[in-house]
Amino acid sequence: MKWLLRGFLIALVLTVGGVGWWLFGPHPDDVATREAGRLAASENLADPALIERGRYLATVGDCAACHTARDGVPFAGGHEVPTPFGNIPAPNITPDDETGLGRWTFADFWRALHEGKGRHGEFLYPAFSYTSYTKVTRDDALAIFAYLKSLAAVHRPAATPELKFPYSVRQGLAAWRAMYFQPGVYQPDPARSAEWNRGAYLVQGLGHCNECHARRDALGGIPAQPPLSGGEIPAQDWYAPDLGTQAHGGLEGWSGQDIVQLLKTGQSAKGSAFGPMAEVVSRSTQHMTDADLAAIASYLESLPPRPQPRVVDPAIDATVMRHRGEEIYGQRCAACHGRDGNGVAGVYPPLNGNSSVDEPTGINAIRVVLLGGFPPVTAGNPRPYSMPPFAQSLSDADVAAVVSYIRHAWSNRASPVLERDVGKYRQTPID
Amino acid sequence: MEAELAAGCRDIGPAAGVFRGFTIPSAYTLAMIRYSRIPLGGALLLAALLLPAAHAADNPPTHTVPDTLAQRIASCTACHGEHGEGSPGTGFFPRLAGKPAEYLARQLRYFQLGLRRYGPMEYTVRPLTDTYMHEIASYFAQQEVPYSPSPTPRVSAALLARGQALTEHGDPGRKIPPCQACHGSQLTGVQPSTPGLIGLPYDYVSSQLGSWRTGTRAAAAPDCMSIIANRLTPADITAVSAFLATRQLPADMHAQPPGSVTPPLQCGVLGNVPPAQGPARGDGA
Repeated sequence: MKWLLRGFLIALVLTVGGVGWWLFGPHPDDVATREAGRLAASENLADPALIERGRYLATVGDCAACHTARDGVPFAGGHEVPTPFGNIPAPNITPDDETGLGRWTFADFWRALHEGKGRHGEFLYPAFSYTSYTKVTRDDALAIFAYLKSLAAVHRPAATPELKFPYSVRQGLAAWRAMYFQPGVYQPDPARSAEWNRGAYLVQGLGHCNECHARRDALGGIPAQPPLSGGEIPAQDWYAPDLGTQAHGGLEGWSGQDIVQLLKTGQSAKGSAFGPMAEVVSRSTQHMTDADLAAIASYLESLPPRPQPRVVDPAIDATVMRHRGEEIYGQRCAACHGRDGNGVAGVYPPLNGNSSVDEPTGINAIRVVLLGGFPPVTAGNPRPYSMPPFAQSLSDADVAAVVSYIRHAWSNRASPVLERDVGKYRQTPID
Repeated sequence: MEAELAAGCRDIGPAAGVFRGFTIPSAYTLAMIRYSRIPLGGALLLAALLLPAAHAADNPPTHTVPDTLAQRIASCTACHGEHGEGSPGTGFFPRLAGKPAEYLARQLRYFQLGLRRYGPMEYTVRPLTDTYMHEIASYFAQQEVPYSPSPTPRVSAALLARGQALTEHGDPGRKIPPCQACHGSQLTGVQPSTPGLIGLPYDYVSSQLGSWRTGTRAAAAPDCMSIIANRLTPADITAVSAFLATRQLPADMHAQPPGSVTPPLQCGVLGNVPPAQGPARGDGA
């Protein structure tokens, strides 16, 4: 059945894509774009204050995360963004004439950020999260552009995306855009405070938080759902948890201060950042101003309560497995995380009520048990305590047992995980 | 000294026995006093410092987490051992204790950059800053742990002799320098960044030489070890690794002082490359 659905979806994409291309494809008289270009001409891109503001905003947006190869010069591109449709290399955005943004005008840049179109009007793959960046204001976009133009030019040609057919046909994106993309700068909500609006703007726009913290469908789009309600990160084998702080939210019980602290130092009394979020904290959020972090917290605190999770009757009786898991927990985990699962505030995260333990898939708990590791190393937490890996000392069955135990211990009520899940995530490539 | 003190402090942590304020010294603390250079007076002072701390925990919070580097780097010590002793029994996880600090720091950086490839290590070191990596590297460099014998590979005497010849004399005809030329006359390494080659298990040495040939291990350019490993035949690698693993250990296993060898090659990691040919990439450490 799955292949039938996929085949149908592909046919739909191609059909709608053709029509969409004709309707919404590049148009020579793009008034808004020309206007943006004219406006930019009157600005001084070399203004140091503008560049500095752009540097900060590029940090908020964590542009370097994708636009930098692992051993490469920042912003010179080369990192392959993994997607279920193939790897998409992030291009060089230093001002090199041939391989970077050297010949780009601000109008080109604005069109990319705001409309998801390349310099020649071609549709950009949404691995570049223009679904979020479209909310960025023109002033902020200009500052980022000025900053990127101020960088030393690096000659580094972009690689070609390794997409499978039919995803390799860019025109097909017309349909994708019709389904999932609504261009438009963030519109402040006059009923809310300036702080809340700032937070919403950062989270929904440059921060592009919803690109990971939401469920994606078979076409890689984000279908209608409450924002930031959590989802599996495709092709990376991590689960980005729900960010609601109210009833049944993933961050239920977190104060605004806990959120600020996690973003600032990588760790709060309620939990630690790990996996992809650890990198977000290291490179981006720890460098944000206290005011911006407080604004983000204010917005997250306003996310509505979530429905009570459905209690899924597990297909297996996990009692024996959990009993074995409790034994392992006592031997391997309790010394740091406590018999009560409450951890040590600011040192070892609690597992009781931790959304990364309770999340629907169990991926995070399995992978953290296998990999261990350090939370982000930040100015606020320069020598963090780490967790030992257990991949070398626990079997798949034992990892499944201990994870199933912690997912059901104390106040946790999440489903058990299976031995074969552990086997699968043991093989997830690093990087 | 600081690291040794820090390691000693672990005994008040939850892992060792703390019952009603009495500290039960672990086998390690006793070994510390036996093997470390802490004089007896220092050991008593250490004990005096530890006991009040243990008593202060009469009404403890749920946990007392030792404020030590050893406690912080459980992620490293789970495989490499509390004191970087590695896993001598299996030969899989290499020993870190006593390796030159700059060498260890460089390796952590190379794992970050992807010059060295091993998933679990790449994941573990990813979030670390240079400062923290250097602190961790120094911790392991300062550890004094007795060497334990590695599993002996089953190879012929002829192959061992070939390994010995390559190690001590190289093969000038194939432009293979002797290991000793860079790694020291006793093969115990040279400060600040050349590691010792003895006291390592056969599996580890041979897999590293293999990695240099397949490009899953690399170093700052010019990458001498890659060049040399590619001049070795698979049989040479077996011979050299087996000889190194079975060689009698000298009494003093410390790395030789800086500048005590004159390497026959210009290598990125040795810093003896004229500026024009300087490291192209990856020389972050």
